[in-house]
Formats: sequence, structure tokens, C-alpha cells
Amino acid sequence: MPVMEYIDAIRLAMKEEMERDEDVFVLGEDVGYKGGVFSTTKGLLEQFGEDRVMDTPLAESAIAGVAIGAAMYGMKPIAEMQYSDFMFPATNQIISEAAKIRYRSNNDWSCPIVIRAPIGGGVFGGLYHSQCPESVFFGTPGLKIVAPFRAYDAKGLLKAAVRDPDPVLFFENKKCYKLIVGDVPEDDYTVPIGEANVLREGDDITVISYSLPLHFILEAAEELEEEGITSHVLDLRTLQPLDKESILAAARRTGKVLIIHEDNKFGGIGGEVSAIIAEEMLFELDAPIMRLCGPDVPAMPINPPGEKFFMLNKDKVKEAMRQLALY
Amino acid sequence: MKTTLTEIVMPQLAESLVSATIDKWLKKPGDTIDMYEPICEVLTDKVNAELPSTIRGTLRKILVGEGENVPVGTPICIIESEVLGSSESGDSGDAGTGTARFAAETSVANGQGSVQEEEGDTSMRHRYSPAVQQLAAQHGIVLASVKGTGLGGRITRKDVLAYAASGNTGTPAGAAPAQSINMDTKETVRTSGLHLTESPPFPAIEVENLQQGRSEYMIDVTPLRNTIARNMRQSVTEIPHAWTTIEVDVTNLVVLRNKLKDEFMKREGVNLTYLAFLLKAVVNAIKDYPIMNSVWAVDKIIVKRDINLSLAVGTEEGVWTPVIKHADQKNIAGLAREVDELARKTREGKLTMSDMQGGTFTINNTGSFGSILSYPIINYPQAAILTFESIVKRPVVINDMIAVRSMANLCLSLDHRILDGVICGRFLQRVKDNLEGFDLDTKLY
Repeated sequence: MPVMEYIDAIRLAMKEEMERDEDVFVLGEDVGYKGGVFSTTKGLLEQFGEDRVMDTPLAESAIAGVAIGAAMYGMKPIAEMQYSDFMFPATNQIISEAAKIRYRSNNDWSCPIVIRAPIGGGVFGGLYHSQCPESVFFGTPGLKIVAPFRAYDAKGLLKAAVRDPDPVLFFENKKCYKLIVGDVPEDDYTVPIGEANVLREGDDITVISYSLPLHFILEAAEELEEEGITSHVLDLRTLQPLDKESILAAARRTGKVLIIHEDNKFGGIGGEVSAIIAEEMLFELDAPIMRLCGPDVPAMPINPPGEKFFMLNKDKVKEAMRQLALY
Repeated sequence: MKTTLTEIVMPQLAESLVSATIDKWLKKPGDTIDMYEPICEVLTDKVNAELPSTIRGTLRKILVGEGENVPVGTPICIIESEVLGSSESGDSGDAGTGTARFAAETSVANGQGSVQEEEGDTSMRHRYSPAVQQLAAQHGIVLASVKGTGLGGRITRKDVLAYAASGNTGTPAGAAPAQSINMDTKETVRTSGLHLTESPPFPAIEVENLQQGRSEYMIDVTPLRNTIARNMRQSVTEIPHAWTTIEVDVTNLVVLRNKLKDEFMKREGVNLTYLAFLLKAVVNAIKDYPIMNSVWAVDKIIVKRDINLSLAVGTEEGVWTPVIKHADQKNIAGLAREVDELARKTREGKLTMSDMQGGTFTINNTGSFGSILSYPIINYPQAAILTFESIVKRPVVINDMIAVRSMANLCLSLDHRILDGVICGRFLQRVKDNLEGFDLDTKLY
């Protein structure tokens, strides 16, 4: 099985889907001749031409709006937001148009777009290149949101997103682009949207997370196993809609739940996951549901010690896991 | 003098960069290095750069050779530097705040063993989680007999499961020593996040007090003011205005009105104003020149059959334009009553939406506030607006003789897309003729 970087898996998914379906096209800032600022779309222009790999003006609202219009007309656009931080000018298009058109038109119209946006910090990006905007879109029924943490899921989820009949936000983690390398099958597979995935089984604590922090969690779980603490790790993979059954099954496994994400704690995904557990299985809880998240401060600091303080890492995750295990 | 050894690590030179290659070492072991002095050259996918030292000292050891690619954060060399006064080599490092606090709180009993725990903190001994209570009830376990391995001697779900598995169900063991239950849950129990044990301080933002009594002050824009502003701007930006004026001799009208006004007041209870006569004169002129009563619609001109006269009525706050509907079907007395009614409603703030709608041509009695000449803005989307200026006595030449006559100006602003000078000149001439035609034989009814 080929081993490739997370970013290569994303590029491969786009390439395969564009070969499979000529309605699929890519648009965004510098996705064409430059091949994307991270090189995510490198080579696509050469293979598919200008009509299917379009450089856009620096106007995210227009990128989303054009994609939505094309999707309603029957195309399958993949719109790239260069950084998810730049996505906010497009929120009106995404939340008020893309998410609602099926409902608003009584099922006459649909909007099969994919919006790719790199999230997350730890790349010395400061406040405009490090945000995790998932909580902004999380509360919008009509949107699907996925956030893969490894190359296999990145390819499979992106292909599933392209084929999905409704708008999907694809939050790829930019820190993972080159850091994460993994097995990616060459065949045409998809990872179903809406299904969480158990990454590791254990009996002492349940850790629920998504995106980059899962790597810290898996490392920490490995080390804690040597201390006699076994961890049950669930990757949400899809944030909207949440896989409630898998969340409850994982929480039941140990009765002790730790939710971890880089997006800040207040109003984040963790609050909703926690509420689902609290609503459904109070009498099976053995400890308060705990959360480890980015701090509730306005932005990622640009200074290295500040960024280090903000970011999660293996040690912080391990400490939180041990604390819950000992409870 | 004491010295300390410091590792220089591969820094993150650009966003999304996870590794870099040492291209060339510029220093060799034994070399002294100044702060910020380049120590090696680094190659990455994105940039090639010299790596400055973050410390002053002597290069002791190179850990990564030329041409080697290492992840960001990997130590690449060791520099020995002098420590001033300090005694420890203090590997300051990463003992993060959360880590230190946690270590202090729990006597980190690695592994499952918790024998010492029982002797120590037992504050959580009698706090049972829902899961523990449910399992105890299910298996008929008396919790007092279960050994707690959790924090503060708490009985965990796993403890109950282990106890059940060992077959000790339904056999209440010796009474546990009575212990006070610690109800103070404020301790560490709810502290879930590592970062968030305390709230970050809010930045204090100083707002300068606006000093009173300066050279200007603010007035809030009222909805009325806003509407006027919007309509006026729309009119002047969309409609190419042109302007013309004509002088009217209203001497006979003055005589007529002076004769009739007292009786009219008695009979109708309203003032017989010059404006009523003007309205009649304008309505009759519009009948002759219906194009005055129209709207520009880009690819066509819409001519309105009904003549609904908008009347500009001013107050202290602003100006309204209530409408006299079907003005062409009313006589002078009827117009006078209508003017009085609308003016009263306007002053009392009782105009309704239907009073304001449907106007096709606007008249502004600017003479009422003393103006003798004005340049009105068209009441969008109409085609024209006419002002009736002050009546003033002036010497006028009639038949080569000078006479004192009551004169008034009429000013017209027109939409030059629809109307031109000739048609407007004729229209004004007709209004003038109508006004000058009023005499003692004119009927009010």
C-alpha cells in the first residue's frame, strides 16, 4: 500500500474525483498556476486545464458564491479557502445560502459543494493563519463538516464529500499536511460521512477528539499503557452530523470521558458532545466529563512561547488523560 | 565561573514546515559564538537561511551533520555558556504549568497500586458517581466494603466491577469507619482543562471621555430625516434637473380673495388661501399638458391620468408631502378645504400612509415662508415640481405706464429626461394665464 503525506492524499482525492466526474472542478486563490500556497492543488491545472482549475480574485464571498451557483446548476465544485481564517467573508454565502437552499426550495434545489479550508495552528501563523473556525459553522443544520486527522481519512472523506449531494465543509489540518504520513490505498474508496472511528480500545478512560490532537492522544495513550492506564480513543471524523451512537458507545465503555480539541473550549464541539453524553447516559458516568481545549483567548499568539502555550501537545494531553484515569 | 550546556534546536523557519536539512556548518566545535552569530546554513522546501545562535558561548558538540534532514525541534548542537551567579544548571525546559500543578496534587502513584492512598487523602471516599451507584445496586454491593482506588479514595466504576468479579457480592463487610463527607467540590474535582484553571484577565481598554462643550455636538438622525435624506439624494442623483421661472401678475386674484375670504371663513370654517387658486390653475394647466403628470420608466414614459397633487408641508422637524387625490375633480372651495385638512393633519402628526401615496405632481408654497425664488428638488419619481413664491407689490410697466401690481414668481424644476424647455415654458405660461384670469367673476364652487 502506498505511503504518502496527508497533503498528497488530499490532492490525490481531488485528482481521482476530477478524472471520475467531469462536473467536478476546483476554484480558489492561487489554486491554478501556483498550485495552491501549500501545493495542495499542484499539477491539477496541467492535467485538467484552466476551465476546471480556476484562479479566483481574493474574495472568499465570491469563491463560495460562484461555487454555490455552479453547484445549483449541476456542477460539483471544490472551493478552496486558502486558510480557514479567510473564510469568514464567505460565511453568509455558506450559512444562509448553501446550507439552506434544499430546505428553502422544498427539495427542488440542492447545493453539492465542497469547501476545503485548512484549520489549526502550531505553524507560526499567528492570528490570521491559525484559527479553528468549526464552532462558527457547527451549529448550522444543512451543512456537513468533516475533519480528518490522517491521510487515509483525508482521501476517503474528501471523495465522499465530493459525491455528497449537500454542502460539505472539509476542514483539513495544515499542521498535518507534511507532518502526517500514512498508508493510503490506491483503490477508489470513500470514508462515510457521519461515522466516527475507534482508533484504540481501552477500559480506563474514553478520549474523544478530531483532527491534529488525535496524534498527541495516540502517543500519550501508548505511553500511559506502560503505566497501566488503557485508553479508548474515538475519532469523531465528522463533526456535523455527530455520530451519536458511536459517541455513546465509546463513553459507555469506561464511564470517564475526556474531550479534546484545539478550537477553544467555550462553545466548541466538546460542549455538544458532552451534552449528548449527559443527556443520554447520566447513570453510567463515573466521572465529570472533562474537556481539554485551546484557551478562550481571542487569537493564536505569534510569539513562539505564546504559541506553545496555546497549542495542545502530547504532554498536556497525557496529563489530562492521567488525571481522568486517576479520578 | 559556572557554565551550562544549552541545546540549539532546529527552529520552525516557515509555516507548515516540519523538517529541515543542515546544509553547512559555519562553526566547528571549540569556536566561540556570539549572540545571533550564524552557526550553520539550513535548507528547507521553502527557504534557505543562516541559523543565528540564540546564546553566547562556545560550540561544544555538533549533533546533526551536514546534509542530514531532521524534524523541527531536534537538537542540532550543544553550546556551553557561562552562568552569572546562578548555582543550578536549571534545565528550565517544558515543565508546563499544568504538569507541575497536577504533580503537586496527586502523589503520582504510578501503576494501579494505591495502598498508600488509603492512608492519605480520603476526601472523595463517599462521593459515588452515578455509574458506581448503578453497578452497586445491580450487583448488590455495599459500597462501604469496596476499596477505592480513585482520587481522594474515591470508589471508581472499575473498583466496583473488580469487586463484583471477585465474587464479594451481597456480603456486607464490617462497617467502614465513619468519615466526614467532603462536600466542597470546588477543589480540583471540576478542573478539566489544563489551561483554564483560571480565567485569562480581560484587557482593560481605556476609553477617552468625550469632553462636553466643544465646538460641535451630535443630533441623532430621526426616521423622518433619514427618509427625506434618502429621497432627496435619490432624486438628485437619478433625475437630471433643470429649472425655470416665470413672473405672474396676481393683482386681480388678490382683489378677488380679499373680497371672498371673510365670508368663506364664516361659511366653510377654513381659510381661503391663494394656494387653492394656484392649485386650480396648475390642475387646469396639467390637463392641457398631461406630459407634466408623468414618470420616467427608462424605456418608456408613463403618463398618469389621475392628477394627484402632492403638497409640500413644512414643520420644524421636516417636510411632508401629503397628496390631494383627484385634484382635477375638485373646485377651488374643495381644494381649499383639502389643503386645510392636510395641513392640520401634518401639524398634528396624523397623516396616514394613504395620505402620502399616489402623488403625480408636487406644489410647494414657498411664499409662505417669504421666499421669492427657489430651486426645488423633484419629488421622486415625478416629472416636475412647482413653487409658488411670495406675492409682493412692485412697480410694473403696463402699456408703457408704470403701475403698482401684486406680483409673484412661479419656479419649476423639471426632469429633463421627460420634459424640455418649450413644453415647460408653455405649461408655465398656461398656469400664468389661469392665475391672471381669476377675477371677480370667478366661481369658487
